[in-house]
Amino acid sequence: MSKQTQILKILEKNARATIEEIAVLAGITYDEAAAIISEMEDRKIIFGYKALIDWDKTEEENVSAFIELKVRPQLGDGFDSVAKKIMYEYPNVKSISLMSGGFDLLVEIDGNNMKDVALFVAEHLSPMDCILSTTTHFVLRRYKKDGIILEDKSKDERRMTL
Amino acid sequence: MSNSFNPDKFLSPVVKDIPPSGIRKFFDIVNQIEGAISLGVGEPDFATPWHIRTAAVEALKQGHTYYTSNWGLIELRKAIADNVHKKYGVEYNPEDEILVTVGGSEAVDICIRALVGPGDEVLLPEPAFVCYKPCVEMSRGKVITITTKMEDNFKLTKEALLEKITDKTKLLVLSYPNNPTGAIMTYEDLKEIYEVIKDRDIMVLSDEIYDELNYSGKSASIIQFPGMKDRTIVVNGFSKAYAMTGWRLGYAYGNSEIMSMLTKIHQYAIMSSPTISQYAAIEAVKYGDEDIVKMREEYNMRRRYLVHELNEMGLECFEPLGAFYVFPSIKSTGMTSEQFCEELLKDQKLALVPGNAFGESGEGHVRISYAYSLENLKIALGRIKAFLEKIRKD
Repeated sequence: MSKQTQILKILEKNARATIEEIAVLAGITYDEAAAIISEMEDRKIIFGYKALIDWDKTEEENVSAFIELKVRPQLGDGFDSVAKKIMYEYPNVKSISLMSGGFDLLVEIDGNNMKDVALFVAEHLSPMDCILSTTTHFVLRRYKKDGIILEDKSKDERRMTL
Repeated sequence: MSNSFNPDKFLSPVVKDIPPSGIRKFFDIVNQIEGAISLGVGEPDFATPWHIRTAAVEALKQGHTYYTSNWGLIELRKAIADNVHKKYGVEYNPEDEILVTVGGSEAVDICIRALVGPGDEVLLPEPAFVCYKPCVEMSRGKVITITTKMEDNFKLTKEALLEKITDKTKLLVLSYPNNPTGAIMTYEDLKEIYEVIKDRDIMVLSDEIYDELNYSGKSASIIQFPGMKDRTIVVNGFSKAYAMTGWRLGYAYGNSEIMSMLTKIHQYAIMSSPTISQYAAIEAVKYGDEDIVKMREEYNMRRRYLVHELNEMGLECFEPLGAFYVFPSIKSTGMTSEQFCEELLKDQKLALVPGNAFGESGEGHVRISYAYSLENLKIALGRIKAFLEKIRKD
């Protein structure tokens, strides 16, 4: 595994790891670690550092939904212009991806409640000319997010046997 | 006949004289302390990879619930032979040179029972895992310890070996990567040992249970040297490499005449190793290479972190290149290993294993296992730091 990949894996697990820590874990010097990280930031391989939040545990009202969009591709640029329009125009859109399979774009959005989300789809997405159909799926419970099991109740069962 | 039953008079004196495990003795105390955390466990913190577990479930569904051959499933023995050949270029016949056992532990036991008789001397480099000595003593053999030192990175040196060889020397135990020190023997290190034993009538028991957890980039085995295939019994297993401790599956390989004697003991004592575990092990050997790499990379990061942090705290720690243990010196505190571990447990509720549990030469050290998540290691290191600050202030 390259040092670059090794550092990415460390940061993927803990974005708050310091350069000192990263250098020790990867077995390189502080300067080497700092240079590799800075280069990856410049090249946007690392394009941000964020906290993983389980909003369900807070008092904030919050729902998430995945919306499948069937889209009529546009002459010349396929799905790009539709994706960009949705992406730039609506800040509540968390992610948008072009998919293989039964639909074209997958949009993830957050809202205060289900009505909010449903209205957003009805008022903003459905009326777009190029959108042929929408299917909205609300997230009811998250079991695992970004590689982390949210309700991990497993205990260390190991014991000293000898 | 007296009315009161006295179990003591029925017990074999040989068994009675064997002291209890030093690790165990200490951890019986740990279990009684509320909120204590431990870096003492000697097994991986990973669960067995999913595809290996699935293979076991499939075997169960297909009704593979009978004994296997005494030697183990031939498909598994073939896979083991292929693996050894791939790693060390040495060929073993799966028919009569490889035996599947109940963990590496059984393999160690029956190997010593098959080779060691009354009065035979067994050379044991120490610090060493706790199982070899009692096994030799139960065979009425005599353990001759060879002290390995931190200044030699706890490797066995040819000088130390030569000093202890006598006419009665029957067996040399090589246990590298080593539990508890994390020391490894490179090809060049083993060559020196080979030069000493090649013209002498000495067998080798090479316990290679941690061979996949070698962070130097290259594993080595004494079997790679001319003539040593016949004079070595290698012990290995699935517990550490594939995180399969609870499956209780290991193996031994060596000269067919000797292996048939090990199998004779195995046949009478065990019959055959667990069938479902053997099916899981076939999947592990054939398709588990990537799992090993992933786990090794994770251990390696923790290892670097621990060594760095312990040295920063002033607990001198040589760089262990194998297994999942570090073995720092606590001599700078002026305490014995047991005092250090007992005080640390009392003061910070953190359990480590005192080095003297692995022989006298482990005195002045503690064993720290990094089969724990980085988060847990950080918490534990915080406690060691707080403890050191306190005793240094006092």
